Amino acid sequence: MTEGITTPGAGWRRADGPPAQKRQKRRRRGGGRPGGEVAMVEEAEFTSYYGRPIIKPPVWKTPDVPLYLFLGGAAGSSSIMAALADLTDRPALTRNARYVSGGAAIASVVFLVHDLGRPERFLHMLRVIKPTSPLSIGSYILAPFSAAAGATAAVELLGWFPRLKRFGGVVAALFGGPLATYTGVLFANTAVPSWHAAHKELPFVFGASGMAAGGGLTMALSPIDEAGPSRKMAVAGAAIELAAMHRVETEFGIVSEPYHEGRAGRLLRAAKSCTAAGAALTVVAGRRRAGAVVAGALLAAGSLLTRFGVFEAGMASARDPKYTVVPQRERLAARENGHAPTITR
Amino acid sequence: MTSISSASPAFTGRDPDNRLFGPLPDVQGEAGYDGDHPARVGFFTDTSVCIGCKACEVACKEWNTLPMDDAHGVRDVIGLSGMSYDNTGQLGANSWRHVAFIEQTRTVDLPMPTFGRPGDDRQDSGRSVPDGPNDDSLATAQQSSVLNAEALSEFDPQTGQSGTDKQIRWLMSSDVCKHCTHAGCLDVCPTGALFRTEFGTVVVQDDICNGCGYCVPSCPYGVIEQRKGDGRVFKCTMCYDRLTDGLQPACATACPTQSIQFGNLDELQARADARLATLKEQGVETARLYGRDEDDGVGGNGAFFLLLDEPEVYGLPPDPIVTTRDLPAMWKSAGAAAVMILGVALSAVLGSRRLR
Repeated sequence: MTEGITTPGAGWRRADGPPAQKRQKRRRRGGGRPGGEVAMVEEAEFTSYYGRPIIKPPVWKTPDVPLYLFLGGAAGSSSIMAALADLTDRPALTRNARYVSGGAAIASVVFLVHDLGRPERFLHMLRVIKPTSPLSIGSYILAPFSAAAGATAAVELLGWFPRLKRFGGVVAALFGGPLATYTGVLFANTAVPSWHAAHKELPFVFGASGMAAGGGLTMALSPIDEAGPSRKMAVAGAAIELAAMHRVETEFGIVSEPYHEGRAGRLLRAAKSCTAAGAALTVVAGRRRAGAVVAGALLAAGSLLTRFGVFEAGMASARDPKYTVVPQRERLAARENGHAPTITR
Repeated sequence: MTSISSASPAFTGRDPDNRLFGPLPDVQGEAGYDGDHPARVGFFTDTSVCIGCKACEVACKEWNTLPMDDAHGVRDVIGLSGMSYDNTGQLGANSWRHVAFIEQTRTVDLPMPTFGRPGDDRQDSGRSVPDGPNDDSLATAQQSSVLNAEALSEFDPQTGQSGTDKQIRWLMSSDVCKHCTHAGCLDVCPTGALFRTEFGTVVVQDDICNGCGYCVPSCPYGVIEQRKGDGRVFKCTMCYDRLTDGLQPACATACPTQSIQFGNLDELQARADARLATLKEQGVETARLYGRDEDDGVGGNGAFFLLLDEPEVYGLPPDPIVTTRDLPAMWKSAGAAAVMILGVALSAVLGSRRLR
């Protein structure tokens, strides 16, 4: 598979097109490389087919899918908060957490269905169950969750069936955690380089981001004296989100790049500011009405921006063949030299 | 194995039968077909004899009634890509075969003037070799002489010998869906619209697909795509309809040089190995098989290639790995993160005293 690297004399270069010439010039100035070698260094020189992407970028629409991720995260964590608050007798927090979780669950289903190429066929999602498909498993998480959380919020609003309400809340809470974290698997289980590389981190990023959003929203809506658990969950979620996101942004070499650059970089920097400010404000002023509202809004905004940023970073990494070719070349070179996948330059 | 075991390797990570990753001798058997299923079929695309005629693209479009699109996949538009003779651009929902064109040069360091070498005076072409070792004028002369038919006629694309210190060759390759042993698109499809046929190929059922689009970024080769205005995804079926009637796929039937060969996969693999050995013998040192190795990241391809340069030159990933290989680690991580949420919420509730 890699004769071209090891065999001298195969110095073929693309003959036409300005990009190729530019690249050749740069190469010549740099002293030239031995023929056939594919460079994968500083400026990330690599070969591609007229600069065209190798993989197809996701066809998922924005804002549908980032919003779905945000709402799913907020709904999941607040459903857990609702169930626990119910069991520890915090009626106002219970009610508000149920509203957040039920409303967000129903809205997230709407966004998910709207994103389908054939929305009228959304029930085909439940035709089979496939552990190899995060979207299939996700559908089987989302369907009972949104039914339970939506129904719980509805009876809460109407004031009917208190027993059923508690049962529905517990069912929703059971599916809440998986709902908030499976979306990390959904993104990571693709060939999109910047998502796949961070496949162990993304579920934590999304789960923690969901806690920050759910904690923030319920904290902003609930009376100060009942909202203690929300404040704690929001601050912990924000801290974990920042830490996990830091790993995603720094640990993966070239495929971490899209998280810093362009639109994704701007979104994620804004997300970090919002999340950090929201967490700090929660600690400082979370026990005052205005402080709780502003901090909660900041945390939710940070969570939302994180989803948009991660989404955009993945799209950028799919559109540029560099992020597909260079890591795979490094992997091949490492395998050939029989050592860890770092490349000798 | 005719039933799907409840303890899926996707959750447990225990995969002794290589259902997620690794070589899989009986891919139809793994998919649940009985022992008497037909042999696995495939394409061997030998790019060293491809002449870039695009008969495969045309035959495919005609047989499968695919809509017209331009080099960027925009439907019902005629457009030139402006980069080469390739105006198809890429594989997509409306192009299930794509002939890639790459024009390459290389400089060779010849110590002597090149006249007198065998083959140079073939067909009596009257191209003169410049006297001086002036690189620029030589390059210019070469550049212009390439454009006339005489110069082209003495150029042998197979070995890349044109007899001067600057060589030109064309690479042409008909790309197609790889029908992977471990197909990312098939693994992630939530509706079961994508399925493994009795021939070992991967096909979309267009009456099931709901256009979720998950298969699109999951293909490590960027093959499958959503059709604009339709919403569903489409890709090469290896002419499933023709196969069931005992016919060859349209592209292989149309190929005038047998660059596209269709047949039982094991026979094609043997043929490809022999062809590679022949080319190596003839001194084509850059020839290599792509997708032939069943130990690669997708367990080998049902449609594999003989290439004359690095895969990425043709727009193919150099070391594709099916994304589902890492799925057990991802589910584990998601499970741990879900427990984390529960733990944080629980300790937040227990650690907060009611102020009342």
